[in-house]
Amino acid sequence: MTALPSGLSWLEASARQRLAALLDPGSFAEFIGPEQRERSPHLRLFDLPEQFDDGMIVGRATLCRTPVLVAAQEGRFMGGAFGEVHGAKLTGLLRAAALLGRDVLILFDTGGVRLQEANAGELAISEIMRAIVDLRRAGNRVIGLIGGRAGCYGGGGLIAGCCSALIVSEQGRISVSGPEVIETNKGVEEFDSRDRALVWRTMGGKHRYLIGGADGYVADDPAAFRAATQSALGRSPGLDLSMLHAEHQRLTRRLARFGNARDGTDVWSTLGIADPDAIPGLADDDFRHLADACREVADDAR
Amino acid sequence: MEHLSYTVTAPRAAGGTRRQAIIGVVASGNLEVLAERVLATDTCTVDIATAARGFAPVWQAVIADFVALRAAGGLRLSINDGGARPDTVALRLAQVVRLIEEPEA
Repeated sequence: MTALPSGLSWLEASARQRLAALLDPGSFAEFIGPEQRERSPHLRLFDLPEQFDDGMIVGRATLCRTPVLVAAQEGRFMGGAFGEVHGAKLTGLLRAAALLGRDVLILFDTGGVRLQEANAGELAISEIMRAIVDLRRAGNRVIGLIGGRAGCYGGGGLIAGCCSALIVSEQGRISVSGPEVIETNKGVEEFDSRDRALVWRTMGGKHRYLIGGADGYVADDPAAFRAATQSALGRSPGLDLSMLHAEHQRLTRRLARFGNARDGTDVWSTLGIADPDAIPGLADDDFRHLADACREVADDAR
Repeated sequence: MEHLSYTVTAPRAAGGTRRQAIIGVVASGNLEVLAERVLATDTCTVDIATAARGFAPVWQAVIADFVALRAAGGLRLSINDGGARPDTVALRLAQVVRLIEEPEA
């Protein structure tokens, strides 16, 4: 792969550009590359275009000379959604990581499960979640990087919840039900999906970092993602029952503390932020400085 | 989907030594092009799967321009198209030829 000029936007970059800019130059070796044409067997039934890698790029590489396995979703192909092949490539990568004893990086960019192959996609999500838990219990890390256009929604949000650590940019969004889904099911009074500022106040990178839903907050820049990933690779791995108990207690506290909040600004106010309305406009460094003084601590178990 | 296939004579062999290159994504108004160096150096094939039916003459014209302008000999080009405009197609074809010329890491 080729090195790219610095100043590349993570949000705007393709999955292959992100990999090239994130990993050590020339270190990426792809598994089941596009030349193998391992495409979705379902899309042709709907007369829909296919992509040679099915929107999922997997392989091995090094990051700051640490060997890792890595997966990247192409959010512009079918919204980065999980289908049979797309999901199987990630499941296989995670199982290979368990055999090799490697940490895994997942560059999320997904709306969730592909509607055209929903059963296969849902099965893939559960297989991936199980594979992550197995890998983490064996003492390896799974680090999620979130800052793409599609965000990290649906089953992708569930998978992110299983990771050892999440790194997010302001542009990144993390949730299970997306804005349109909530509005459709609960009405516009509950959530106005066209209010983009509301979407970011409740699902965006700044909010997720403040409530402890993400471990690292970075600028929209591959170099920033790279530095934060290197740092996350240095943290102690592991997953056991006591961590899960601690995590459940943290989530119980979160619900008690913020359960009545109607908006992200209510949450930020409760956190002790004097001017919550100013949060969306803060520059990345100013925001991180403020957030680190009052944010809920993220937890290894999510 | 419409499937089109062209085999053309290419006056110039593709540069570099990389075996393959890929560029672009399959999205509305966009396309991906996979180039594989597997043919005789005076031949170029283009296999297209496109969501936009009925544009065979336009594809033919873009490909004729492409092999005349760029060093495409020896390349099997495979395209998944999401309804890209001809200028976008020409850009991606130029990009993939440039990519396969790059020195190997």
